Amino acid sequence: MPVVALKPYQGEVKDRQENFHGNQLLYVGWEDHLMFCAPLCFMLPPDLRFGDLPEQILPGAYGAHPDWARVDWSEARWFRSGRPWQPDFDKTLAENGLGHKEVLRFQTPGLTGIAGSCS
Amino acid sequence: MSTVFLALQTNDDTRPLIEAILADNPQAVLREEPAMVKIDAEGSLVVRRSSIEAILGRPFDLQELQINLISLSGHVDETDDEFTLSWAH
Amino acid sequence: MDMKASKKKLGLKERYAHLTRGLDWETSYQKMDDVFPFDKFEGIKIHDWDKWEDPFRLTMDAYWKYQAEKERKLYAIIDAFQQNNGHLGITDARYVNALKLFITGISPLEYMAHRGFTHVGRHFRGVGPRVACQMQAIDEIRHSQTQIHSMSNYNRHYNGMHDFKNMIEKVWYLSVPRSFFDDAVTAGPFEFMIAIGFSFEYVLTNLLFVPFISGAAFNGDMGATTFGFSAQSDEARHMTLGLECIKFMLEQDPDNLPIVQKWIDKWTWRGVRVLSLVGMMMDYMLPKRVMSWQEAWEIYFEQNGGALFKDLARYGITIPKCVEQVTKDKEHISHQVWSTFYQYGGVAAFHTWMPSDEEMDWLSAKYPNTFDKYYRPRFTYWREQEAQGKRFYNNSLPMLCQTCQIPLVFTEPDDPTKIAYRESDYQGEKYHFCSDGCKEIFDNEPEKYVQAWLPVHQIYQGHCFKPDVDPTAPGFDPLAAVLDWYNLVDGQDNKDFNGSEDQRNFAAWRGMATRND
Repeated sequence: MPVVALKPYQGEVKDRQENFHGNQLLYVGWEDHLMFCAPLCFMLPPDLRFGDLPEQILPGAYGAHPDWARVDWSEARWFRSGRPWQPDFDKTLAENGLGHKEVLRFQTPGLTGIAGSCS
Repeated sequence: MSTVFLALQTNDDTRPLIEAILADNPQAVLREEPAMVKIDAEGSLVVRRSSIEAILGRPFDLQELQINLISLSGHVDETDDEFTLSWAH
Repeated sequence: MDMKASKKKLGLKERYAHLTRGLDWETSYQKMDDVFPFDKFEGIKIHDWDKWEDPFRLTMDAYWKYQAEKERKLYAIIDAFQQNNGHLGITDARYVNALKLFITGISPLEYMAHRGFTHVGRHFRGVGPRVACQMQAIDEIRHSQTQIHSMSNYNRHYNGMHDFKNMIEKVWYLSVPRSFFDDAVTAGPFEFMIAIGFSFEYVLTNLLFVPFISGAAFNGDMGATTFGFSAQSDEARHMTLGLECIKFMLEQDPDNLPIVQKWIDKWTWRGVRVLSLVGMMMDYMLPKRVMSWQEAWEIYFEQNGGALFKDLARYGITIPKCVEQVTKDKEHISHQVWSTFYQYGGVAAFHTWMPSDEEMDWLSAKYPNTFDKYYRPRFTYWREQEAQGKRFYNNSLPMLCQTCQIPLVFTEPDDPTKIAYRESDYQGEKYHFCSDGCKEIFDNEPEKYVQAWLPVHQIYQGHCFKPDVDPTAPGFDPLAAVLDWYNLVDGQDNKDFNGSEDQRNFAAWRGMATRND
């Protein structure tokens, strides 16, 4: 039963993509770096080149971390909804098959946060 | 056996209550915390009007407990003479 | 005159029965189902409403008498507190931030509880629960009013407490307690009773009103101690009402068991998530600590809640599914939530700070398995950064859980280095959750939770700015616009305690209170 109610009704989907002015939401989490307490939520155009995410957008978000300067993107491993996934940096989000409200995680081997605490 | 408890504010009104409860419930354990006491007891805890009146030297309505009661656990059985907490049925 | 005095005074049980029963009738012009349209759709079957047993036999006359006595005591203390500048007697001004969270996040829930109980007090067809719910509705509005009165003394001197009515509807973290109550009041009356009457009042409010308020006493806050204990004295009655309601449902029909169990599982988890705010208040916001969150959890949830669930086992009720997880999480949640508010302290109506060395040692001693390993390195780094003038603020918006609305800050129960991610697809949309518990709640009733007003998404949609704001204007600062919409003043109500106006004022006023210069 999709809802227990007095009579049938449909909920209004508050976060459908058309409410975001032509953009889509993308969630991004940096594994083993819990100094950033939660994954981040970005609103991005679907035709954004994927490589702009790590190169242009993430530095502003994660740059305060002492590990950030040591991130090597050629080594980074990506996960989409928790499963290993390989992005094409030169294609857009849409061309990479990323839809609205997808969740990506990236792991940066060798980097384990402040004093190795995964912070 | 599970524990029941009664938590009361600490003030002049509750001192005789606490004294009576501890006297009537030898299994009860008193924990004193800032501004309050918590009385834990295995199985059940009884608050007796007659015991409180004997200490107070005046009639006491058990519902006066309401004023200084903070919390409790267990099933409540309330009469004019006794207020009982227990996990019995 | 041949009026005869009655031979014997009625006993409490008889008096109570006379004053609460036989007050209603079977309607004949209208169908009972039309008069009470809400008490069947949830699937709960009730065969005999008269089997309802009231645990506290408090009649209206006694109720007014004792509540009036409580109020007289409370207001005498509030007067004394005000006349003697009681706010300067607290341990230090960091403590006031716990009260800011209380007035903005908890007192509005008391008012919502009032509305909820007024509603169910109308919609149960049995007169016993109607009387009990109506009394509780009066208690709840008393709680919200006494809390507002007590804390208004602080509002005159400290920042961040000036607009709680507005903030509860807007501020991102306040959507957590608000959505909790919105979920409960939009459920049917029986689910509301399990949600608020049972899970919240019985299993969880002790954790707020007993150890936290005892902590307020320890920190010299007479005002909060009195309103807290004064409210909690009513909660004792409410808890027994919640327990009675659950027993009543389970005794009325065996078909009720799976429905009740599902609600217990759901609302215990919902409550646990909301209480993570209180965990942080106890471990980080009380300068003088009474007990750790974990210790409070063990006494009030594990021991007392455990006894309760053992008792309900005779009806076939099993302990809530989440208990295994929360037993692991209790060593982590207060640290994780404080980390969250520390880094998002730029958009909060209270101040945050890093614990001192002595406080970190206390946390290590209380959390020997987790604090030094997972949290101390992070906090030490943040302190170093602050000392270098680079106090850390997270400048990106976090991903939120669709159900509890808390950012995804909680880690996997078996791996404190990994954030827990869960997701569901429903009708072509993705939904994300912080936990199995929140995902399951969504999956059971997706049509309800697709409507969630998630603050981060609302900011992106452009709904969290004042109407005259143009987000496309050059140089538009979204954070400043959101703070303005929250009615928060940047640099005054938010950010670190160190360097705040509260800190300066408290030091100056306390100096004036103890010296003649």
